[in-house]
Formats: sequence, C-alpha cells, structure tokens
Amino acid sequence: GPLSERRLMDVKLGELPMWLATCDFSPQGLLGGVQKAWSSYYDKYINVKRGGPAGISMLLAGYCLLSYSWNYQHIKCHRWRKYH
Amino acid sequence: VLHTRRPLHTTQQRLAPLPPLPEKGGEVRYGLVPEEFFQFLYPKTGVTGPYMLGTGLLLYFLSKEIYVINHETVAAVCILSVIIYGIKKYGSDVAAFADKLNEEKVAKALAVKNEAIKDLETAVEQEKKEQWRVEGRSYLFDAKRNNIAMLLETNYRERLLTVYNEVKKRLDYQVAMQNLKRQKEQDHMIQWVEKNVVQSITPQQQKDSIAKCILDLKALSKSAQAAV
Repeated sequence: GPLSERRLMDVKLGELPMWLATCDFSPQGLLGGVQKAWSSYYDKYINVKRGGPAGISMLLAGYCLLSYSWNYQHIKCHRWRKYH
Repeated sequence: VLHTRRPLHTTQQRLAPLPPLPEKGGEVRYGLVPEEFFQFLYPKTGVTGPYMLGTGLLLYFLSKEIYVINHETVAAVCILSVIIYGIKKYGSDVAAFADKLNEEKVAKALAVKNEAIKDLETAVEQEKKEQWRVEGRSYLFDAKRNNIAMLLETNYRERLLTVYNEVKKRLDYQVAMQNLKRQKEQDHMIQWVEKNVVQSITPQQQKDSIAKCILDLKALSKSAQAAV
C-alpha cells in the first residue's frame, strides 16, 4: 500500500527516510504513535487468555536497558581496565 | 417517527459481540526475545544465527566494557536466578488458578445468559398460549349468546303463559256467569211451574186421583198375587 499507511516493520530499509518524512511529529501525532505502539504490544503479549511471563519480562528488560543507558556515563568511571 | 437527521446503524456494530481474546500471546523465546526475530534471521543465517549474534554481542560488550561488571551484576544474577526458579516451580499452579478464576467468571456470565434465555422462552410460550386462548373467544361468545337467547325465550313463554291464564280466567268467568244465569232461570221456571200446577190441583181433582190410584193398586195387587 501507500508508504504513509504502512507500519514500521513493513517499511524497507531504503524507504526509511521517505517514511520518516511522512510521519506526523506534532505532539498529538507522537502521542498517537505511542498509543498505537503500546496498544499493539498490549494486545499481542498481555491481553490474552493464557499469557506467560513474556509480556512483562520484555517490558522489564527494556526498562533495565534504558536505565543502564541513562546511567552509562556514571558507570563508565567504574571500568576494570583503562585500555580496551 | 424518529426526529433525527443522521442515519442510524450505518456502520457495522463494533460493541457486541466482542471478538474473543486470543488464546496465547505472541511466541517469545527465553522470555525475552520474540520469535519474529528468529524467523527474520532464519533465511540468511539458519537456526544458529541469532545465538551466534547474541554470543558475539555479549562478548563484544564485555570485552570493550560497554557493559561493566560491578556489584549490580551480582545482584542482578541473584535476583534473576530466584525469579526464574520461582517461575519454573510455581508457574503452572498460578496459571491453573488464574484459569479457574476466569472459568468461574465466564460460567457465571453464561449462567445469567442462559437464565435470561430460559425466562424469555417461557414468556414466549405463555404468550403463544394466550394467543391460542384468544382463538376460543368466539366459542365463549356463542355460548353466552345462547344463554341470553334461552333466557329471552323462557321469559317470553312465561309471559305467554300468564296471558293465556288470565284470558282463560276471564272467559271461564263469563261461561260460569252464563251457566249460573241459565241454571237460575231453569230453577225458577221449574219452581213456578210446580207452584202453579200444585195450585191448580183442586180438592175434587185430588179425590178423583186418589180413588183412581186405589183402583189401580187393587188391579195390580190381583196380578201380583199370582207371582208371589
């Protein structure tokens, strides 16, 4: 279908800048994008009859990664070796 | 007539019935990596591709110390091991318990629905019975009409009888009157004739008739003596 209506996973790598251009970066657009992403994740992994640990474990892992990256500058000071 | 300008019920109903929830969530390996990632890498690298990628990335982060090993690593390892042990041991029990709760909820809702359906069905049956009863209305009215006709007939005949009796009484009276009158006239006439006859019997006639009777009696006695 047309480029602007495809989801991110269906966009090919070469078309990525064009797809980004069609994106809506206003606050409402960003909010809508976030809502869509959350609802698709929620409907796929959490809002099911027999879910497992996968739903929240992926969220927690993402949170761990995010917080590690936010604290990276501070953690860099506690390295074991000076030269890698 | 609905006072509305916008058309009603043009789109498909979206509220009911809701589509059922999917049975299982998306496939996830080791609780962290979605299956789609493995399928994405399979054509190019086969089955071991993602594992090699993971190992390579891990060694790279460790060797370049992009991931630094410190006290938090130890804490993370302990916590993760406890969590994984807990999930492996009690996961199925918790899942069964949650399924039972869900089952009870669904069963209750289903019971309510079935109850409502049963009640409505009985109501429909009763309504049909009432409609069937309505058909018997004509018989009821015929019976009532017959009753009323009989009452009217009875009343009419009673009154006829009364009329007949009254008229007969009057006629009988007239007949009795006439009979009485004739009777009285007859009696009176007889009495008058008798009186006149008795008056007209002179003493001479009386002596003659008595002598005649004695002579007759003698004659009779002569003939009768022989029979005795």
